[in-house]
Amino acid sequence: MTEKTLRKGNEALAEGAIRAGCRFFAGYPITPQNEVPEYMSAHMADAGGAFVQAESEVAAINMVYGAASTGTRSMTSSSSPGISLKQEGITYLASADLPCLIVNVMRGGPGLGSISGAQGDYFQATRGGGNGDYHIIVLAPNSVEELGNFPKLAFELAEKYRMPCMILADGILGQMMESMSFNFDPIDPNQLGKFDWAVDINKNGRKKNNVFSYKGDNLIADVVERAKRYGYIEKTEPRFEARQTEDCDVLLVAYGLSSRACMEAVVKGREEGLKVGLFRPITLWPFPSEALRNAAKNAKAVVCVEQSLGQLVQDVKLALNGAKPVYLNAYPAGGQPDGGTILPAVKSALNGGTEGLFDLQRHAEGFSYECKRDTSLGIQGDWKGGK
Amino acid sequence: MYQGIRIAGFGGQGVVSAGILLAQAGVEGKKNASWLPSYGPEMRGGTANCSVVISDGEVYTPIVAAPDTVIVMNEPSLPKFEPLIKKGGLLIINSSLINSRPTRTDIKSVCVPCNEIAEKIGMDRIATLVAIGAFCRLTGAVQVESVVHAMKKVYKRAKPEMLELNKKALEAGFEAVK
Repeated sequence: MTEKTLRKGNEALAEGAIRAGCRFFAGYPITPQNEVPEYMSAHMADAGGAFVQAESEVAAINMVYGAASTGTRSMTSSSSPGISLKQEGITYLASADLPCLIVNVMRGGPGLGSISGAQGDYFQATRGGGNGDYHIIVLAPNSVEELGNFPKLAFELAEKYRMPCMILADGILGQMMESMSFNFDPIDPNQLGKFDWAVDINKNGRKKNNVFSYKGDNLIADVVERAKRYGYIEKTEPRFEARQTEDCDVLLVAYGLSSRACMEAVVKGREEGLKVGLFRPITLWPFPSEALRNAAKNAKAVVCVEQSLGQLVQDVKLALNGAKPVYLNAYPAGGQPDGGTILPAVKSALNGGTEGLFDLQRHAEGFSYECKRDTSLGIQGDWKGGK
Repeated sequence: MYQGIRIAGFGGQGVVSAGILLAQAGVEGKKNASWLPSYGPEMRGGTANCSVVISDGEVYTPIVAAPDTVIVMNEPSLPKFEPLIKKGGLLIINSSLINSRPTRTDIKSVCVPCNEIAEKIGMDRIATLVAIGAFCRLTGAVQVESVVHAMKKVYKRAKPEMLELNKKALEAGFEAVK
């Protein structure tokens, strides 16, 4: 354990990755993660690695594809719209069974969205944003300390299971400074053994290695075989944090920055006599379903707090499978929760109220919509227009 | 102790950097601390602000929506941040540049002529540090010595004589709110 120092989230993440033995970084600038490539550009060469500012997000992820093929600890980072662009590369990496680290410092969406911190990419991260049947491991830090320490865990999991691993953070975590310390000594990747699958200089006469994403006639067998790993990961790798869940009447479920606002709600709620607990998934895939069922055992209601419009809540409902009423306290597109905005939702969940609880059907009550075309504006296809 | 602070002023007054200094001072005092700049579109309007949390326990969200203390260094920041302060909270006003007076009566308001005090010390630019000195005395959240220690880490390339001026500004702010 080193002394606690004040660090910016993005810089802690970048330093943590270099300490974890990352020796290849490729990226393209986007707010709010720019301090990651900035830090890499200043320090990666000193560590003996390579930093590339690529010509695009697509180029960066494909550079990672190449670097990862050699067994080098490789990473890219971006923010939401940039991660959308990388999805083709990510599904190819998954298909080629290559380990790498992808960092998403989320911002408001959809589309170009905003540069505020948000959590709207939960589906994209956990359902596989690219095509085909695949998963990536998704880690969700909620502090600068975890941002600094998760790259090591991410590389270890990625290499153990030969698959991409994502750190899913958000703009506020990336931009904030906080006291933190690294919980591991710097790793020298030159001291790590080689992988038997890696494509590199073949000095010792081992068999020739190839890395393919195209599986040809073997595709079905390949996908079915890989799914065994997914099942094993779901059984063995879920990570979570549970706080004051034993006696809670209302269980809050939140990840990342939202979970910190929930800690405040737990403390403030208990001061008011409300028995509130918190369950925080740390791995979003594999989702800690069994641990959530245990944490919710004595709860009367479960409230999901997320900075999106009903994404995490789907995994919570799947895990609880109707055993408990599940409600949603939502802050989409850059909205930010704090203890004061969560407690009304806790009370509503207990007494059947609606304040603070988002329900899509109730939201749409009294709303109707029709598609309008107006021939007086012209006729579609008449591009000359006018008179 | 849990102190949520917002510091606001013109770009160039050093309010964002003063926030880092406060957070570092919190760490020097063996407390947990966070700092968050306003990096969104609102910072493009000529005013800057940041959020700081200093806590004996854990820091919840780093976004200080309802501050315990607000420090305003320029006129436009007063109407923007005064309404956010918690009931019973503290408002430190740089009366050198702010002619308006606060309207709320459920908070404690303290006027400090930061620029005038800083000019007397010899440098108008360090007015925000005068306000930080006042903050130290009024809240007790951090010690002046912790801020002095923090300066060496935050302003790594500052010359010793500059650090000495900063220290004087802190102490003058501390004395101004006896």
